[in-house]
Amino acid sequence: MKHKTFFWFVLPTSLAMILFIALPIVSVVMQSVYAPHEQVIVEVENCDIFGCKKSTMVDQDATRELREAEPLGRFVGTDIYTNRNHLATSEVGLAWQKSSSLRDFFSEIMNLPFYRALAFTLTFTFVVTPLVLILGFIIAVSVNSIPSILRGPTIFLSLLPMIITPLIGSLILFWMIDSRGIIGTLLQQLSGDPNLSMKASTPLTWVTLIFYGVWHAAPFAFVVYYAGLQSVPKDTLESAMIDGASRWQQVRYVILPHLVPLTTFIALMQLMDNFRVFEPIVGFNASAHAQSLSSFIYDDLGGETRLLSSAAATSVLTIVGISVLLAPVLVRTWREFGRTKK
Amino acid sequence: MSSSVAERRSPLLKFFAWSFLISWLVLAAFPFFWTFWGSFKVEGDFFSKADWTWAIFGHLTQAETGGAFTGDGYHGAWIQEEFWRAALNTLIVVVCVVGISLTIGTLGGYALSRSSYNYAFWLLIIALMFRALPQITLVSGYLLPFYEWNLWGKLPTAIIVLVAINQPFTLWMLTSFFKNIPKDLDESAMVDGCTHFQAFRHVIIPVMWPGVITTGLFSLLLAYNDFAVTAMILSKENQTMVPKIASFLGTTQTKGNVMFAVASVVSVTAPLFVLVMFFQRQIVSGLTAGAVKG
Repeated sequence: MKHKTFFWFVLPTSLAMILFIALPIVSVVMQSVYAPHEQVIVEVENCDIFGCKKSTMVDQDATRELREAEPLGRFVGTDIYTNRNHLATSEVGLAWQKSSSLRDFFSEIMNLPFYRALAFTLTFTFVVTPLVLILGFIIAVSVNSIPSILRGPTIFLSLLPMIITPLIGSLILFWMIDSRGIIGTLLQQLSGDPNLSMKASTPLTWVTLIFYGVWHAAPFAFVVYYAGLQSVPKDTLESAMIDGASRWQQVRYVILPHLVPLTTFIALMQLMDNFRVFEPIVGFNASAHAQSLSSFIYDDLGGETRLLSSAAATSVLTIVGISVLLAPVLVRTWREFGRTKK
Repeated sequence: MSSSVAERRSPLLKFFAWSFLISWLVLAAFPFFWTFWGSFKVEGDFFSKADWTWAIFGHLTQAETGGAFTGDGYHGAWIQEEFWRAALNTLIVVVCVVGISLTIGTLGGYALSRSSYNYAFWLLIIALMFRALPQITLVSGYLLPFYEWNLWGKLPTAIIVLVAINQPFTLWMLTSFFKNIPKDLDESAMVDGCTHFQAFRHVIIPVMWPGVITTGLFSLLLAYNDFAVTAMILSKENQTMVPKIASFLGTTQTKGNVMFAVASVVSVTAPLFVLVMFFQRQIVSGLTAGAVKG
């Protein structure tokens, strides 16, 4: 395709992406180095018959004017990044000096909101992703072994957890595990503790959220693996059987290698999606016990006072995080691309 | 010959496969049926700690309303809390997002599938990186400019933003579909004297529909299911269904309001149910489009 034709064809879509994806990244970087203006304070002298008193008051007009003139606020450099709600450099340094063991240090760090959010996000990402791969694979193998007439309905029911709006799906489960809901009551009876509540403790909340994450994403892995199993090269499988390969050897040397690229694909998609985990935390009303990077930003943006600068700084750190996470994939794609070019 | 692989399984393995599959299906589908059934009960039955059979037979529902089923939750949500307004907004947003993102995505995806230059590859890689960004990070970039330019709170703003956020995914999917349409088709049209756009218009558009419909389904799901963008960018009166439900939750300590949320959750789920029922094949083929074909 000619350069010029290509340009016109991709213009609308590139424009949309530049305006609403690339520029917002610039915008968060900008916002993260500016803080809102402080109120303009003026000193006024009030004189009455008892003499003169000096007092300070907020000059509302001047404040408004200043805020309108420079909506970004005042330049503060990296102050927001290093403050307590983000990287908390001084607190971390202090904790490092104070704590006697690594364990102490980490428990100290976990009191800082940003590190808590980071810890949950990474735990969620790296626990849910492998579980999704395993569960999806087992479902795919099982569905593959049932009579084909039953496969349609099975796939239909299996797709439901994935297709559902994440917030809605988490609400549905949330109401069931509520201490008055059916699963919540069942768990209370099983454990023999009538006050057991999944919402009350941090570890249980994490388990619930991870359970939800696997429930929600397993169908995706299942469908991809299932399609992969349909396209296993039959000739290779047959010749392996003729050569006397056992069933295990067939699985090991024919089927699994065929599924490796699919596993990479699912893992990549899952890393991206799990790293942005957000809706379940809102749905399960779990922000007291578990906060992810995304929900941390959401909490800053919502509410009465919108903490735009703070949210922007967390956003920049999140973008850096996902870039680090995906760097190996990009490097690999780059190498493969170079190879196919030659 | 090929089916003998499945036949050679031991009975034990078969038993495990079946029991595993049945437990998975219960896990996957039961919550939906349970919530659907419960949405026609009163709160005391939906959350029935005393006796779980109440949730099924509606003990308190019978006592409070005189029947085993009640539509109070739906009445309260749709009419009293004006959920219909949110449903209408969702409809507008979804239709516009799907229409616009397919139009511009088709053009871009077609070009990307037909160009062998380096920059086409890099455009796809950049799109992949954009796909990886959590939406909420972008939202925090929008808010200040949108306030300043007075764009915040309006439906068209949310539509354009969702279209843009949809693009990376749409491009990837459509590119992989277009790669499956033989190049000879449009090339021979150009030999016959068509311009590239005419070749696209008269030769490619008539054969591209299966791929476009599948991609459209996924853009629809993305727009319908979105919470991060619509919750932060739309004003209260322009809210779509999902953020509306979230705001129900914020204000529901009074009795009965939880059932409004339950009823609206079921109302949001129902169209998705129908969608999967009719388009299961397309959804499955769409999920695997990026993977199986490489």
